[in-house]
Amino acid sequence: MSSAKIQAVRRLTADTGYDVEKIRADFPILKEIVHGKPLVYLDNAASAQKPWAVIDCIRHVYEHDYANVHRGVHSLSQRATELFEGAREKVQGFINARHSHEIVFVRGTTEAINLVAQSYGRTNLGVGDEILITAMEHHSNIVPWQILCQQTGAVLKVAPISRRGELLMGEFEKLLSDRTKLVSVAHMSNALGSINPVKSIVDLAHGRGVPVLLDGAQAIPHLSVDVQALDCDFYAFSGHKLYAPSGIGVLYGKSELLNAMPPYQGGGDMIRRVTFEKTEYNTLPFKFEAGTPNIVDAIALGAAVDYLQAVGMDAIADHEHQILQYATERALHIPGLTLIGTAEHKGAILSFTLDNIHPHDIGTILDHLGIAIRAGHHCAMPVMDFFGVPATARASFSMYNTFEEVDVLMDGIRQVIEVFG
Amino acid sequence: MLDQIRDLYQEVVFDHNRNPRNFRVMADANRKIEGFNPLCGDRITLYVKINRGVIEDVSFQGSGCAISTASASLMTEIVRGQTESEAHHLFELFHRITTGREESANLEELGKLAVLAGVRAYPARVKCATLAWHSLEAAMKNQGESVTTE
Repeated sequence: MSSAKIQAVRRLTADTGYDVEKIRADFPILKEIVHGKPLVYLDNAASAQKPWAVIDCIRHVYEHDYANVHRGVHSLSQRATELFEGAREKVQGFINARHSHEIVFVRGTTEAINLVAQSYGRTNLGVGDEILITAMEHHSNIVPWQILCQQTGAVLKVAPISRRGELLMGEFEKLLSDRTKLVSVAHMSNALGSINPVKSIVDLAHGRGVPVLLDGAQAIPHLSVDVQALDCDFYAFSGHKLYAPSGIGVLYGKSELLNAMPPYQGGGDMIRRVTFEKTEYNTLPFKFEAGTPNIVDAIALGAAVDYLQAVGMDAIADHEHQILQYATERALHIPGLTLIGTAEHKGAILSFTLDNIHPHDIGTILDHLGIAIRAGHHCAMPVMDFFGVPATARASFSMYNTFEEVDVLMDGIRQVIEVFG
Repeated sequence: MLDQIRDLYQEVVFDHNRNPRNFRVMADANRKIEGFNPLCGDRITLYVKINRGVIEDVSFQGSGCAISTASASLMTEIVRGQTESEAHHLFELFHRITTGREESANLEELGKLAVLAGVRAYPARVKCATLAWHSLEAAMKNQGESVTTE
């Protein structure tokens, strides 16, 4: 064990008592064997694994409490409704929203951003108006705005980043203008790990009366998020990166904004009264939840939130920070390895390239060692273009990863280099 | 430990990856196709000179993983001098074998290409191995300027 690692482990145990082995025991999939090797799961930025708390919750609801919500007078429907609305309150508490009706359940971050683009955007943006994003966005925070621009004649502006992968705040500020009608930025970059100074971004934008959407898909599993302290107008995230199922996600929006926005989709549950002449829409959040929602996965998202709060988001953030520091230090000792994304303020993502070895080849060989990483453009092709690489290999860490797994990864990378000679 | 991986990454693959053959721009090509695998970002520009149904010359440029580069390199060596229908037949056979729809009985018919047959155990990598071939098919059909694996 290196001295840095010993130090890190000591600090962790002393400061927080963070028991990673206890946490690992909560995630059954971590016992899988892949190609004869114990699974080392380092693709958490793509999707996180699920704890028993979530798996058991899904099974329990289907076994005992399942029915449609907001409809029936029968007991099961009432039970399911209470659990579903209870999950909304758990999410409200988790991100410290003022009201539970500010939590809109959607399929995921992508749908949340599309909802804002189509509902808020089409109502409030016109020809020549501008939407300001950054050069480190995921495709899901680029394409919905491009579609909106085509529909409205608005213009997409992109604030540049540095070679370290940090947003150039001076340039960002210059791009904020009287024409800017919306700012939409990643809280944390999925391809680089950079954590944006979102509070400063919100303050700058609000100084000009511009609302801000934060894409929290990457940040939410790693940081403690307080939407009131951030004062952001919208916050979008997915359940599946937060140890909950896929197909459920959240759009947080300030009441006054959501109230003023037209529905995104029409259907059941989002109406109060329908005649063939006129429809009265339901109140928040139901106005934005047309159709039978993803009931059980929303309830399971609540279970994930309970689980994470019991461990503590600050303890998780601290653990992941130690893991990232250790991994970064070890990676820098590997000849021919280049880190892509070296922001000072960074989440637990290690994006890298190896000289003369394509990331897909790295991914395939590491898989043979039981190590799951992502190889590709990470749905952030403009970021790849900026760094002049077709793709990167990305190891992304989470609450259940260990220093030993970092060692396995680094030994694996050395073997990749050896195989390629 | 990494013995199994050698089925995919054979010495020939490394050789063609390090020193791709016919890796050049062809000024007098009469077909030029951009091939792109949007999943991984592999890009290839394929140059073909076809005369009276015979592939007289073929070359490529681009960037990709070892599998896609080696496959493109091997392909250029093999199809040069073949008729379009011979190349088409070989593409179909290669495609059937790499996607696991044909048992290895015909490996001999694949000749040098057989070194890439191991890709069938890696469904996520089949597109890497077939990108150049899809591009060649498009070039022979003279379809537009670009082709993707999707």
